[in-house]
Amino acid sequence: MTSIEAHVQQPYKYGFVTDIESEVVPAGLNEDVIRLISAKKGEPEWMLAWRLKAYRNWLKMSEPHWPNVKYGPIDYQAISYYAAPKQKPKLDSLDQVDPKLVQTFEKLGIPIEEQKRLTGVAVDAVFDSVSVATTFQAELAKYGVIFMPISQAIREHADLVQQYVGTVVPYNDNFFAALNSAVFTDGSFVYVPKGVRCPLELSTYFRINASSTGQFERTLIIADEGSYVSYLEGCSAPMRDENQLHAAVVELVALDRATIKYSTIQNWYPGDEEGKGGIYNFVTKRGKCAGVNSKISWTQVETGSAITWKYPGCILQGDNSIGEFYSVAVTSRKQQADTGTKMIHLGKNTRSTIVSKGISAGRGQNTYRGLVKIMKGAEGARNYSQCDSMLIGDKCGAHTFPYIDVRNSTAIMEHEASTSKIGEDQIFYLRQRGLSAEDAVSMIVNGFCKEVFKELPMEFAVEATRLLGISLEGSVG
Amino acid sequence: MAHVEQLVGSYRAWAANGASGAPSWLKDLREGGIARFHDLGFPNMKQEAWRFTSVAPIAEGSFELAQPPARTPKLDDIRPFLLFETGYRLVFLDGFFQPSLSTPFFDDIQSLAHVVAHRQDLVRQHLGTYAATQDRPFSALNTAFVHEGAFVHVPAKATIAEPIQLLFLASGAKQVVSHPRNLVVIEREARASIVETYASLGQGPYWTNSVTEVVVGEGARVDYHRVQRESERAYHVATTQTHQGRDSTVHLHTVAFGAALARHDIGAVMAGPGGTLILNGLYLLAGQQHADHHTTIDHAADHCESHEYFNGVLDEKSRGVFTGRIIVRPGAQKTDSKQTNNNLLLSTDAHADSQPQLEIYADDVKCTHGSTVGPLDPRALFYLRSRGVGEAEARRLMTYGFAAEILGRMDVAALRAELDRIVRDRLAA
Repeated sequence: MTSIEAHVQQPYKYGFVTDIESEVVPAGLNEDVIRLISAKKGEPEWMLAWRLKAYRNWLKMSEPHWPNVKYGPIDYQAISYYAAPKQKPKLDSLDQVDPKLVQTFEKLGIPIEEQKRLTGVAVDAVFDSVSVATTFQAELAKYGVIFMPISQAIREHADLVQQYVGTVVPYNDNFFAALNSAVFTDGSFVYVPKGVRCPLELSTYFRINASSTGQFERTLIIADEGSYVSYLEGCSAPMRDENQLHAAVVELVALDRATIKYSTIQNWYPGDEEGKGGIYNFVTKRGKCAGVNSKISWTQVETGSAITWKYPGCILQGDNSIGEFYSVAVTSRKQQADTGTKMIHLGKNTRSTIVSKGISAGRGQNTYRGLVKIMKGAEGARNYSQCDSMLIGDKCGAHTFPYIDVRNSTAIMEHEASTSKIGEDQIFYLRQRGLSAEDAVSMIVNGFCKEVFKELPMEFAVEATRLLGISLEGSVG
Repeated sequence: MAHVEQLVGSYRAWAANGASGAPSWLKDLREGGIARFHDLGFPNMKQEAWRFTSVAPIAEGSFELAQPPARTPKLDDIRPFLLFETGYRLVFLDGFFQPSLSTPFFDDIQSLAHVVAHRQDLVRQHLGTYAATQDRPFSALNTAFVHEGAFVHVPAKATIAEPIQLLFLASGAKQVVSHPRNLVVIEREARASIVETYASLGQGPYWTNSVTEVVVGEGARVDYHRVQRESERAYHVATTQTHQGRDSTVHLHTVAFGAALARHDIGAVMAGPGGTLILNGLYLLAGQQHADHHTTIDHAADHCESHEYFNGVLDEKSRGVFTGRIIVRPGAQKTDSKQTNNNLLLSTDAHADSQPQLEIYADDVKCTHGSTVGPLDPRALFYLRSRGVGEAEARRLMTYGFAAEILGRMDVAALRAELDRIVRDRLAA
């Protein structure tokens, strides 16, 4: 094995299993399971009705197969839709959290004890189907910021949830969104009141632990007029031979002059060298710039998952609103990613920027798929898209499928894409300056991704750089 | 659906009668085509390849199979569509060969029906080999009705100096459909230039469904020009498929001015190493016109380069669709591929869809694509106006410049001048 290949094929670091007793509902999906989930979460009647409506719709839908990914059929009846570590349902302080859970998150580098906190970051830790701890809730409450598990929000802030849930991603939006709407278990809820600049970075860490389960979280972030919030999610899962399904929905709503910055570092278990196991990451993420001068910015670093199928998008409804999408997607081993964004321009002078960097190594297949739609009323809309792909090795693939639909003659839309091999002359130059092949590749790749990494909150940019190094270890030879 | 049955019925009647004299291999080819079309039916907008184009006016319209025209046009009638009166030329009316207006050359530049009757080997070897019918209903339908069209064969190492003109005219009097089928075989190290033109003598609605296969041998070069200036009420569906051997060169130029609804599928397979392809296209639309170009460049061999340029000028309520796919197959190393699609929207009701796509399975490649949609650059307009050019004239100049970029890549001076004149006329209107 050449040194670069060795570099890429580093083992997955987060593949351990926490031995914790958990409560898992039997596999299978029917209305009773949905009622059970709803009852366990102590939800009001309207929520259950919404879930059932979504489920009945889901039954009529069929799984989409247009993405450029290949996988065997998924047996939706073989998945357990609820798994929770056994513990007291309500936590008043961290002392009551099972020490095993605290250890798990510590091992993942996510301290949930506040004294060990990452400076300026509030964390919501989700373990399988439940949120186990949310830090800094009291601190945030001083500013009127609500940051809590969505199941708690459904109970305590029903009016807000009811007003916004499903307004950006309707229950019948697509097959996986409908499934999520029916069975979602936990996730984060954020509300930032008028004029408040959220003083902390908000973060949710998702961990799948139990086997034969799926994770179906739902996140809802509402930024009221003139507010600002930066939110980050991270994820990981144990190494298993089976494929586990993760079908999440994220909805963002930005009202007048509000800004939401949403960052993702996705590191689900990618499967082994032969493509066995790994997470199927089928996610629907969408933000609505509902108000004037609002802004939604998506940044994602996708290194994990056997299959990624995800298009964080923005509906630019308010005049002068801005949508941004910065993405780094890495596929190595036998990973497949079909990811990109959707920018729908409705309002006047709306602007969007897309910067996508795809890196394929090993036998990875990486696809950028994006839609830029400029509707008739979007006078003076502006879009700039740039998609670059880098290929490392001769068994991988990189694909670009942008869809561009312009219906307004005052709009300006530009799209550029390139695909090339990692620069041999660049590697040669760095090596003759005394760098090893691995360091040279890592340096080139980090330079390639710089435009995206600079959008990440500082604490996580370092993490992303390191993660990228691990994902690609052994890929150069 | 009823119309699919009607077409199949008209095929049965035709196969039993007018086309019954064909050799058995040709009958088999036709049977395969009609069976495929019957299975596929007309495409609908739920299919990815047809997302932006509705063929309802064709699928729901009633088009009879064209009959041999009662009257042969005079040379004067077709002169507006000829670039030169010298050189080789094949003229067709409603899909039927017009010997009195044509200047064929033995069995090498001839009507396809004539060649099938006199010298089958080449036709049998190539016909239907390159243009896919598997998922292409219109190509399958054309294959079912294979009968007449242009046949061009340039033997090894031969060069034909003057461009060969292939002229497909519609009488435009009746609502008919014709299925011209063309086969161009350029043998190794041969060289030719071809101009394929579609136009109409009348104004009525009709439907042209053509397929052209171009085979280019090792080290050969073809400059292929395609001009679509059908009547404004016409429906034009076409496939152009090229297949290149080692170290060959294809320059494929295509210009679309006419038709109410036009769909052109262009496929290029780079089957041997070292090939070069230039794909150069312009669509200039106004009124309610809809033109859809689907191009697929298939890099099946290493060390090939392809350059694709498509410019669209969309005025009034017109709609331009462009889908450009570049596939780099495993092992096609050192591929160099560039693609651009620029669209100019001249009116608020005009509409552009652009889907440049890269599908890459080899690593040592350089592939880029770019796509833009926008209005005329206000700063450039301002500059021209500051130099004393009126606004309308400035807009015209800039639009002309945008279109002329494509025309400037064509080598045939007479064609360039003629297209230039058409573009200026359209912009002046």
